[in-house]
Amino acid sequence: MKILIIEDELDMLQNMKDFLEKENFVVETASSVFEAQNKIGVYAYDCILLDINLKDGSGFSLLEDLKKKEIEDGVIIVSARNSLDDKLQGLNLGADDYLAKPFHMSELNARVKAVLRRSHFRGNNIIKLGNLCIDIDEHQVDIDEEVLALNRKEFEILLFFASNKNRLVNKSALAEHVWGDHIDQADNFEFIYSQIKNLRKKLNAAGANIEIKAVYGIGYKLVEG
Amino acid sequence: MKLLNYTTSYFSAVLLILLGIWAVIFYVEMLDEIYDSLDDGLNNQKMLIINRVKNDPETIKQLDFKEASYKIKTINKERALRFKDSYRDTLMYMHNEEEFEPVRLLETVFKEGDGFYKLQIFTSMVEEDDLIEDLLFSLILLYIGLILSIVLLNNWILKRVWNPFYNLLQQLKNFRLEKDQKILTISSNIEEFNLLNTRIEQMLEKSISSYNSQKQFIENAAHELQTPLAISINKLELLVENEELNEQQIKLVASVLNNLEGLTRMNKSLLLLSKIENRQFPDEQEIDFVDLVTNLKKDYKDLASHKEMEIKIEMTSYLKHTMNKDLAGILVSNLLKNAIIHGKEGSEIIIEISQNSFRISNVSNRKALDESRLFSRFQKNSESANSNGIGLAIAQSIAEKYQIELRYSFTEKHNFHLDF
Repeated sequence: MKILIIEDELDMLQNMKDFLEKENFVVETASSVFEAQNKIGVYAYDCILLDINLKDGSGFSLLEDLKKKEIEDGVIIVSARNSLDDKLQGLNLGADDYLAKPFHMSELNARVKAVLRRSHFRGNNIIKLGNLCIDIDEHQVDIDEEVLALNRKEFEILLFFASNKNRLVNKSALAEHVWGDHIDQADNFEFIYSQIKNLRKKLNAAGANIEIKAVYGIGYKLVEG
Repeated sequence: MKLLNYTTSYFSAVLLILLGIWAVIFYVEMLDEIYDSLDDGLNNQKMLIINRVKNDPETIKQLDFKEASYKIKTINKERALRFKDSYRDTLMYMHNEEEFEPVRLLETVFKEGDGFYKLQIFTSMVEEDDLIEDLLFSLILLYIGLILSIVLLNNWILKRVWNPFYNLLQQLKNFRLEKDQKILTISSNIEEFNLLNTRIEQMLEKSISSYNSQKQFIENAAHELQTPLAISINKLELLVENEELNEQQIKLVASVLNNLEGLTRMNKSLLLLSKIENRQFPDEQEIDFVDLVTNLKKDYKDLASHKEMEIKIEMTSYLKHTMNKDLAGILVSNLLKNAIIHGKEGSEIIIEISQNSFRISNVSNRKALDESRLFSRFQKNSESANSNGIGLAIAQSIAEKYQIELRYSFTEKHNFHLDF
């Protein structure tokens, strides 16, 4: 899978690149509209991460170009301007998703994978994870053909971990993803602990060969085996 | 005391003293004048009587006042020579009034032939008594008249003259720096007021602009901090994923990460707060609070059930208010979050909704909180390390923006009220 990151903040660009390369994506970068236009003209990408505020122009014009040329790449807008107008404009212009800066890398990862699933495995929205089979459209998890009963939150937690397999998932990233933006200032995320505990219990009881490990007060990591 | 009443009372006191002194002097002067004229009259009469005695020796036999106003008595030489004329006030029985009345009496001696005589002449002072009474009465009338006219004039003139001042005062009374309003001054012929107006206008302009730039600064600073904070957190997360780190190193990084995340949360809250204050939430719509609370209850179900708390909604009516949708959500969720975080484990959170009020109450081990400090920024009212003390300040700021009154009360429970 090939991803193009268009971002003029170099530290940010490097972070995204490092993170996504660990997911075995082929990552290319551009830090200006000009550079991006050259790359888009030559190569095809599976997913483009597009910053709106670039030094030499707006990401929106780049998006318009892409759609005019009928390039089918999935586009996720990454913008520091967290305004509803930007979001609507971006989605109207044909972007697949919108992510407001600052964001957690695990959130970006989940969004990228969702876009890739939609564009590449149409109608077959299923993730295999150890002996688990997660059907995203049906909100259903099977373990060795047996249905695992999970509530909505537990399903979302599991799906987020599945998108970030073997990666460190920060507690606050998980909280924001599952419970929404407003939860983040709420508490010390102790309540997440009890949710994870319940999920682990259900997974163990059903004989899943995946494990959710705690990582020193930072967050969790889902590993197979 | 109001300026108006102050000057009036000042004038009244000063006038009372001045008029008093003036009245005394006036009275003494008048009295002096009256006695002078009475005494002159008596003196004149004396001359007439002495002349009459010369022409008509019978007169000398006037031994008592009887129907005349004088009497004559013989005295020996020694006493006569030692005698000096004297004027004095005394009382005399008046037949017409049937009582003693004040009179002015002149005693003098004269020589007629070889004999020495003592002459006593009196004149009535009844009219002068009335005069004193009249004088006092007039003075009191004058005093009341003066005070009345001063009060009326004062009111009328002061109101006219001080109008620009009172106008300015009224506006300053209602002036709130946060409300971004202008002060409209009335120009006046009075130099001092014009100076006051221009000075206050300048001062306010300066305060408003520095207040705005301060708000802008906070927003910009918070905005600019976001990306470096996120980058630092991302880099540390990548570092933790590094297999070569030992446990102790990871714990160190974890501690840095936790602090950075606390900083991110605080920064986010500050950014939100300044965005609210900088009026960056223009879109408004009618918000159904029952709907809103019902949805938020679902969102916070996990957080509440973690503390084994139950959220109960009691509604007697629908509550609708026109405001920004996001801000309404933040307002209610901050109050709800506050109740969950500070509530006692296993207790109930009760949300009461009526036509124009909203109340959320929770039980905790803490006593009543200090309302005056509760809604200011960075007021930590709890031991909770993760609460940054901005949540209620944000709620307050939102409530203020939509003229909703947010207040706190303590009735065994901690209650937060929203009055619409």
